[in-house]
Amino acid sequence: MTSLSNASDAAVASVFVEIPALLDRAPELILRGRSLDCECLLGSMNKPFHVSIRQGQIIDLTPAPVLMRSWRFSYRASPLAWVEYWQAVPRPGWHDLFALTKRGEAVLEGDLHPFMTHLQYFKDLLALPRLRHSVVSS
Amino acid sequence: MTAKIEPMVGRYVHVEIEGENNRIYFEENGAGIPLVCLHTAGSDGRQWRHLLSDEEFTKHFRIIAFDMPWHGKSNPPAGWNGEEYRLTTARYTESIRAFCKALSLEKPVVMGCSIGGRIVLNLAIEHAREFRALIGLEAADFQAPWYDTDWLNRSDVHGGEVCAALVSGLIAPQSPQSARRETLWCYKQSGPGVFKGDLYFYRVDGDLRGRIEGIDTTACPLYLLTGEYDFSCAPDDTRRTAAAVKGACVTIMEQLGHFPMSENPEQFRRYIAPVLKEILG
Repeated sequence: MTSLSNASDAAVASVFVEIPALLDRAPELILRGRSLDCECLLGSMNKPFHVSIRQGQIIDLTPAPVLMRSWRFSYRASPLAWVEYWQAVPRPGWHDLFALTKRGEAVLEGDLHPFMTHLQYFKDLLALPRLRHSVVSS
Repeated sequence: MTAKIEPMVGRYVHVEIEGENNRIYFEENGAGIPLVCLHTAGSDGRQWRHLLSDEEFTKHFRIIAFDMPWHGKSNPPAGWNGEEYRLTTARYTESIRAFCKALSLEKPVVMGCSIGGRIVLNLAIEHAREFRALIGLEAADFQAPWYDTDWLNRSDVHGGEVCAALVSGLIAPQSPQSARRETLWCYKQSGPGVFKGDLYFYRVDGDLRGRIEGIDTTACPLYLLTGEYDFSCAPDDTRRTAAAVKGACVTIMEQLGHFPMSENPEQFRRYIAPVLKEILG
């Protein structure tokens, strides 16, 4: 269970490592990403993950940094932002990846082409923990 | 006949805008005070279909929703030769006034959403006495940009997919899935570069900061309603705008985002009903 009161890099990481399994159970989302092959950096500001995506499936998710590992784009957010984003019904202003960047709680960097060509895929991928986690407001 | 047939009727009217003939599609239903509805950028009049078929509202209002040129079933003007589409404040204002004049609407109410909300403010600034009331949904004099509009029309990015994905985050999470998908479908169907061209008005040409203070709400009442989940035109943007206009009525709508009339028509009805009742007097 992830609560707003214990939002931390470790708490966010514990949720991120479950995203590949959640994706495996979302065939419609994999289908949406069927033409996507990408290396990206996703997660909290300080402790993100290198994520390797092939044909819409996550084939590797490894804590950064990895020596000389490349990525095309990164989306990183504060631990609080992720916990808010993963609420079953997120609060206004915390409910979308761009809402988070606009409020300064997330940063989007690098070559954005793969992100923008598969924008709904990434929004839905990173929202998958909403389905899984019972999140407590405090 | 047992099939369910919705009551609105669609027709085309020819309207001259900036010296060119435009064949404009509109749907209407009801009788009484004309209520002209303006769709959001990159979408079309289908967003208003629930309001158009509302049995209560159409007892007192002749509700009309038209597709702006380039949108929905209103084609680009016949003289278009392929240049980039860009909506300007002057062209948008003229389009609305010319449409109302073509249908001989006497002192209509105009309700617009997003860019439609912004242009409503300009109507209030420049032409208040032509209207019975003005309603801006998701309206503000200005709001900070949150993405680069160049992504909306590139040969290496699917325009429909990226436009819909961008605005998907502006829909409240409580909105029904079917209504969410229908709202986004209009964006997926929009012509190439149209959403981007509309945003030229929104982002570049239509900055109304420093002009709204002159709005006279005694000449024409002004209502501003914004959804709490709209982070593009955020509630604070609308509150700031309303604070600068003496007599403006502002409402922040719960469990709604940037597309109240189409993303959750039932929830929107709770907020717009008292406004329409007040306009009726």
